[in-house]
Amino acid sequence: MWQNSAMPTLENTTAEILQLAAQHFKVPREQLNAGDDFFKTLGINSLQALDLLTRIEQHFHIELPDYELQGVSDFRTLAERIQSRL
Amino acid sequence: MKTFSGKALSWSLKDGAIEVVLDRAPCNEIGSTTLEELEQFAAALASLQTDAHALIISSARTEGFCAGADLREVYRRSQAMAATARLSGIRDFLERIHRVMNAIDAAPLTTIAAVHGVVFGGGFELALTCDLIVADKMARFCFPELRLGLIPGFGGIPRLKRDLGNAVVRDLLLTGRSINATKAQAVGLVSQVVAEGDALRVARATAAQLAKFDRETAIAAKQFIKPIPHDELRREIDTFCDLFTRPAVEAGLRKFVESTDALPYLP
Repeated sequence: MWQNSAMPTLENTTAEILQLAAQHFKVPREQLNAGDDFFKTLGINSLQALDLLTRIEQHFHIELPDYELQGVSDFRTLAERIQSRL
Repeated sequence: MKTFSGKALSWSLKDGAIEVVLDRAPCNEIGSTTLEELEQFAAALASLQTDAHALIISSARTEGFCAGADLREVYRRSQAMAATARLSGIRDFLERIHRVMNAIDAAPLTTIAAVHGVVFGGGFELALTCDLIVADKMARFCFPELRLGLIPGFGGIPRLKRDLGNAVVRDLLLTGRSINATKAQAVGLVSQVVAEGDALRVARATAAQLAKFDRETAIAAKQFIKPIPHDELRREIDTFCDLFTRPAVEAGLRKFVESTDALPYLP
């Protein structure tokens, strides 16, 4: 039977995204916060955002249609979108 | 011409494989310069293919394989023209790019697209002319044209329909969403998914394997399994031109060109 406790928490997912972004875009992890605008904090453009999306899909083994990212610019909301696909 | 180095692409012939490398900033957008050089390549193909068994198309741009048509050029040129000239201009462009795409599609060679990063719109359509797609695991495929009030115009839908189930085609076309290489392989679009930065190496290794086979047999097999969907390609040009002069298209192009959105490439 599926256990709700097996589901990662929003905090865990957010932390994993922050780690992934810091590692790939070579930004010190401590400079990134859940509420940050990732376009501004990471200094990325739309093509790099697609790159991040692909890495997220691979890391979490999910499919996240890019239209779900419309209007999403902070790590916490991004984590919520991911949570809904786990 | 066995080798060529232009403003948008280059080609060379080595060990029986023709390698075309796209290299135009920012991400190999296909405008008049790229089209002219692709036409030069298509014209050279007849001579090149006598010494070759394979063709590999790849990109030297970090951002990806190709982001599609050069929408900024399309918008700029269409703004400088009256409506009738605009329509004949776009039809002429489509007829020319279709001739190139059909030449690559039907080439008596085994053709491989080695793709990474962005494989969008016209770039996706170029990859679809190839017999095999080898994808870097960071590749993303997308038909974003509906966002502009258009359909893909470089032969994408007829070729995708030739290769995949209609439900997959509808998903990609009607949602305009992008899919990653793993998904693209799962639906049958991509032949091999490889590590980051490895697509060209694997494409070359695949081409080397193909060199072991009898060429006439390979050509016969390709002609048997890969018909060119001429009627649908013709209908695609007509439909595209019917849609192109609508105000929604001009508005869509303007929005893209003038966009300060951080995600202009996302539908």
